[in-house]
Amino acid sequence: MASMLWISTRKGAFALRADHARKNWKLAGPQFLGHIVHHIVQDPREPKVLLMAAKTGHLGPTVYRSENRGRTWREASQPPAFRKAIDAEQARAAQRVFWLTPGHASESGTWYAGTSPAGLFRSEDGGMRWEPVAGFNDHPMRSKWVTFGTPDGEFLHSILVDPRDPKHLYIGISIGGIFESTDAGGDWTPLNEGVAADFLPDPAAPFGHDPHCVALHPLEPDRLYHQNHCGLYRLDRPERRWIRVGKAMPKKIGDVGFPIVLHPTDPDTAWVFPMDGRTVWPRTSIDGKPAVYRTHDAGKTWRRLDRGLPRSQAWFTVLRQAMCVDGHARCGLYFGTTGGDVWASTNAGERWSCIAQHLPEIYSVTHAV
Amino acid sequence: MAAANCTVRIASPLRSYTAGASSVTADGATLHEILANLDRRFPGIRFRMIDEQDRIRPHMRLFVNTSEARALSESVRAGDTVHVICALSGG
Repeated sequence: MASMLWISTRKGAFALRADHARKNWKLAGPQFLGHIVHHIVQDPREPKVLLMAAKTGHLGPTVYRSENRGRTWREASQPPAFRKAIDAEQARAAQRVFWLTPGHASESGTWYAGTSPAGLFRSEDGGMRWEPVAGFNDHPMRSKWVTFGTPDGEFLHSILVDPRDPKHLYIGISIGGIFESTDAGGDWTPLNEGVAADFLPDPAAPFGHDPHCVALHPLEPDRLYHQNHCGLYRLDRPERRWIRVGKAMPKKIGDVGFPIVLHPTDPDTAWVFPMDGRTVWPRTSIDGKPAVYRTHDAGKTWRRLDRGLPRSQAWFTVLRQAMCVDGHARCGLYFGTTGGDVWASTNAGERWSCIAQHLPEIYSVTHAV
Repeated sequence: MAAANCTVRIASPLRSYTAGASSVTADGATLHEILANLDRRFPGIRFRMIDEQDRIRPHMRLFVNTSEARALSESVRAGDTVHVICALSGG
């Protein structure tokens, strides 16, 4: 299996290609220099196809599609956009396309996109023409679910499609919570029971939470994990109450972070990159000593993995889309930092090496074949 | 109002749509019509500067000659120059 990483940054897109042993990596790019690139995602149904979510500091958000593994790109003819407001309605406009998810394996050409302000969009032609998912964007409860955003606005992310059922979807909203649809996006219900929201006056609020990253295991789709602003959680459906597995993390590390990544074949194995959420929320690696933590038992225990990573004075963090795994039997794990470095491990996080330095701030790292 | 032929100065971030041209011509009696005309010839260019609610994006500015336009309903006369400007921003 070839290994390639797509690196989305605040200043453009880069690619890292590995040799067969995944030891030597060659950096290519930038493409779209100066563009704010949030996500680049390969289509597992048609691996030559990639979509990219981008904008610039001045220009509005759009999506690009490549049909030749990223050599050339074509802009969507109808990028994600909210419908025109009627009368006194709040007029929403997409500020950024933040997240891309390929649709179900049985729905060739279907993609989902999440935007800021929080909106869900669907394409049925491979990402060229996007339509709003009215069941969410115009849901009568939407204005209550999504009441206030992060300093950069609200983000709709972690669009998950149940591999057993194309109509079964999950989304995460920062800030808003996790929501589930069983009718292809026609209606949605909050799924936040058991999740802390320390910043809300009501600790048992049904929505208004801040999930940073939600993941569903592809081989055991009833198993979900999520890294929240307020802890680290696991959910085994049909249960609706999340279990805070982050309580098993060392107290001095805590369970705050952005990304969570699942092992491609083992639903009990996951990795996180904790960040400092104490006092004024520095959002750096804790004490300047970056580390990945891994569980092998569905969150009952966590182990620190920092061999090869800087031992001190390294104050980066890893954003929610900037950590990924590959599909190799000897699992490769990768992350990109806010400081512009890319780190790789070809033994599931046991040892790390830096494979690219001095890139712009990294927003996402995704694996492609 | 008759459609006017005017010159449109294109800011550098948008020139990927105009094959590198910094100046093009367009027909229309209002900015709305000028931009619609541009978008027919250079598909996608309008949405990068005007959002889905027909608002000029926060870091874009449109001038008709030397006057800044606040709405797409502003009229344009034959021989006018429309300037599409990217406001200074960022880091």
